[in-house]
Order: sequence, then C-alpha cells, then structure tokens
Amino acid sequence: MFVAWRDLKAAKGRFALITAVVTLITVLVTFLGGLTGGLVEQNISALTSLDADRIVFSVTDGEPSTYADSAVTEDQASTWARRDGVTAVEPLGISTTRITAGGRQQTVALFGGGPAAGDAATRSGHVALTARTAAALDVQPGDRVHLGDRDLVVDATRGDSWYSHLAVAHVSLGDWQHLAARPGEPAPFASVLAVSARDADYAAADAAAGTSSQGLLTSLTALGSFTSEVGSLLLMVLMLFGISALVVGAFFAVWSIQRRPDVAVLKALGATDRMLTFDALGQAAALLVLGVGAGIAVTAGLGALAGTALPFVLSSVTTLLPGLVMTVLGLAGAGVATRSITHVDPLTALGSNR
Amino acid sequence: MIDLQDVTLTFPDGTSRITAVDHASLHVGAGETVGIIGPSGSGKSSLLAVASTLIAPDSGTVTIDGVVATDLDLAGRAELRRTRVGLVFQQSNLLSSLTAVEQLTVTNELTTDRRRRSARAAARRRALQLLDEVGLAADADKRPAQLSGGQRQRVNVARALMSRPAVLVVDEPTSALDQERGAQIIDLLLRLTAEHGTATILVTHEPRFLPRLTTAHSMVDGRLSEQSDRPGAPGS
Repeated sequence: MFVAWRDLKAAKGRFALITAVVTLITVLVTFLGGLTGGLVEQNISALTSLDADRIVFSVTDGEPSTYADSAVTEDQASTWARRDGVTAVEPLGISTTRITAGGRQQTVALFGGGPAAGDAATRSGHVALTARTAAALDVQPGDRVHLGDRDLVVDATRGDSWYSHLAVAHVSLGDWQHLAARPGEPAPFASVLAVSARDADYAAADAAAGTSSQGLLTSLTALGSFTSEVGSLLLMVLMLFGISALVVGAFFAVWSIQRRPDVAVLKALGATDRMLTFDALGQAAALLVLGVGAGIAVTAGLGALAGTALPFVLSSVTTLLPGLVMTVLGLAGAGVATRSITHVDPLTALGSNR
Repeated sequence: MIDLQDVTLTFPDGTSRITAVDHASLHVGAGETVGIIGPSGSGKSSLLAVASTLIAPDSGTVTIDGVVATDLDLAGRAELRRTRVGLVFQQSNLLSSLTAVEQLTVTNELTTDRRRRSARAAARRRALQLLDEVGLAADADKRPAQLSGGQRQRVNVARALMSRPAVLVVDEPTSALDQERGAQIIDLLLRLTAEHGTATILVTHEPRFLPRLTTAHSMVDGRLSEQSDRPGAPGS
C-alpha cells in the first residue's frame, strides 16, 4: 500500500471523482433497497408475522390458488388437523373492506381469525385496528366503527400490520365469514389455513385434503403484487450492482493502463506481481469503503427524513448488506481490471520506452 | 561482482529469431566500472537486461555476487534484483506521486521485512544519507515535478544504491542531460562505485567518458569486444 496511499494523496481530484461516483451509486442502491424494504413491509408484514410453518391454499382446476382467490373448507381444515405431526390448524380469512366512523372511511385488509390475531380473533363484535387506521378514523378503543352491515367495537390499536399495501384490521373468524359472504352465496369458511407442525408429511396432507400448501415465506409468491413489485425493484438493484462493478472496473482499467510505466519500474526494482496486485486492490478497497460508507451515511440521513412520508426501511439489510455487496463486486471489477498489471514487462523500464 | 559467461539472447522475429546478444562474456569486479558502447540496436540494452536479471538468456550463465542468476525462476530473479542489483535507468523513471526520499524507501517496501517499524526508520535514514551523498539533502521532500532533469537523475542513482547492491547496472544515464550535467552524473557514478564497492556496468553513447572507466567494451551486432584503443585512456 506504500505507493497506493501516495497515489491517492497525489491525485486527490481523480480519486475524489471516482469516490463520488461510488457514493452516488451506493445512495441509489441503498435508497432503492430501503424503498423496496418499505414496500415489501407494506405488502407482507401481516403474513410474515403469522406464527405458522405452512400456509394451505385451496386448489382450483388443479392449480393452487393465490391469497386473493383461495377458499378452503371446514372439511379441509379437519383433514389437516387429523394428520400426524400437525400441532395447530388456524383458519384465516382475508378480504378487503371499508371501515367507516364518524364520516371518515378507510379501506383495510380484513383478517378473520388466524394465529397472532389477539383477542379480536376470538371476540365477536370487536375489531383490532392499526394505530395508523385508528388515527385516520379518529377512533379510540371502545369506540364503534362500521364494517359492511355491522357495527364493531374497537378492541385495541396496534403497531403497523400490512397486507397488499393496506393496513390490516383483525376480527373474529365468525365476523369475517359474515362480512365476506356475498349475497346469495354461502358464507366462506376461510381463505387459507395457517398450519403449525412438526415432522408432518405435507404432500400426503395436501393429497388427502385436496389442497396445496407452501412454507410461510414461499407462500408470499402467491401474492401477485408482491412478486411483480419486488421483482421489478430487485432487478433495478441488481442492475445497479452490475453498474457499480463496471464503473469501478472501468476506472481501475484506465488507471492501470496509465500506471503501466510505474509498474514496469517497480517490477524492474524487484516488485512481484503479488505485491503490485495487493497494492492496486488495496487502493480500490480504500476507495470503495470510503465511497460506500459515505453513500450509506447519505441514505441513512435521507431515509430518516423520508421514513415519515414514504414506505422506507432503514436497517442493516437495506444499507450494510448492499454496501457490502457493492464493495465485493467493486473489488471483483477492480481485480479483473488490474489483472493487466501482471502482464507488464519490466523490460519496458529500460531504454527510452517511458 | 558480476560474471557473464558465453551469454546468448535471441528474440522472435516473425518466423525466425534475431540474435540480440551473441556469446558475450564479461566480468566486473567490486569497485570497477566497465563501459559498454555501441550503435543503436547493437544489443547494449539486451545485455543490460540479462545482466540485471530482467530477462533470462537462451544460453550461458550470469553470476551475481556468487549467485547463479540463470538458475533462478522469475520470483528468484526478482528477489536477486531487490537485494543485489541496483538499476539506474536511462530516463529517471521516478514515480510521480512519491517524494525524492520516498523514491528510495519504496525499494524497502518491496522487501519482506518492510512492515517492521525499525526497518522503515532505518530505510529512511539510509535514503536521506544517500540523497546527501548525491547532493540532494535539501530536496528530500520534493516530488519529481519539482526537480530538474539532473536532480531527477541523481535520485535515480541514489535509488539504485538503496539496497546496498553488489552490482550497479546503468543504462545511458546522460542521454537526457546536457554535457555539463552528464559529466557530473558520470563523476557521481564513479565516486559512488568506488565508495560503495559495487561492480558497475555502464552503457553509454558518449566515448568521452570511456577513458575514465576501468575497462570499456564495444558492442556490434550482439558481439562484445574489449576496446584497447580508448582515446585518452592510460597507455593508448
């Protein structure tokens, strides 16, 4: 790093420029990561907080249903409950509805029953709202709100819980079945089953019940908006990762070409390829750490400001992890670019070649 | 000392090979300066490349301070250059981001004990002493752009002596200097050769310096022959 540090100090403008580019890309990647995290949170947090190992969907025309159109029956719930290894089967109803109170209204995702729903899942005539929904409706615990043809008592207000970008309201399964029923049709039993199990044969249970089950995280792919939204955003993040590796690689490719005469002299003086490569990669690592660090700091500042207005998650997963990936990819790009150092012939230091 | 025995070096030239050094033998003892003169393309630089272990000859042996360099692999030759060979380049070849003293201490950074604080301090002391010997004590913290051509060449010479080399290989050090500064560099090289006891091979294109050297050889078409008729040499 002897020459690398001195190069950094001697060519401050050049290295400041590439550091600024790395910082800018880091801001883009981490800010997009934070937004992605925020959108994901608003899409699935109510599902990922379910205390279940497996989500069971109905099957229509041989194809597994999605969260939006799944409808499981009581018989199917009973079949699952009888299977060896299954410790709990919680029917969960999911629908979209409008809550009104005092002239105000909010569209919510209505969860009926299910695990981790609290008292509202078992107390008919009650509803649990998120704090944000309660504030929007200007209601307190004990107040009454109107859902469909029913007046329900606000049971409690909780922290944020989201499903498909809608705040979740929890009611008992019975209330949900009543509210979700369409005119002239029998009331649905539940949308999905949340199953807890230990060493259960899921395939056999699906075959016996005529259902399709998936692990909790895998089941998120059955949420249409989640796959398309996260897929697009992650693709953008991946493209930015690629751009970052390319930009850093291109900079060090040009830098390595400019340094060839110096490298030839150092080789003639006895420097080995290993020493020179370590020197060059050390230089790249210093720039990347500085640029990525500055980018994360900017995102942390922007994220703290944006967090109140935008769905934004500021965490190690949305900042440090992408920063680490960018550093590793940048180093890989620099590694490829500085490989030409090993091909420099020290003979070119002799004569008047320089 | 350095000893070249029957050294031949060829380079590919299309489908055939061209002979750059043709069965050359040369011996330079400690404290001696041997000059090599010849027209452009005669093989002088190729001979220097072999003598400095930058390239391995097709045949023949090169022995430096008792070590047979032609038996060594690439890494072994690099190690030999770091420890026993000093190179004075035709262009000063200074690294633009380093100060004069750092041009010298960078050679210490290429050795295995560079991380020892005491080794770094000792290297800096030696670098300052060498800069003092070449008359640049006051310019130790200047970068190449702040030095004149003659001063840069003096740093180039001092750098070559940094690792206490047994052999000094000097490639036309006066080619980019005016007559007066060129003569000063040759004076400096001869003095340092005597003081440091190096075996110095000096390639030059200026016959006026030859009488001052221990011996002189001419090189034509890769063949090396001792000059017995150096103008101004003792006995000529």
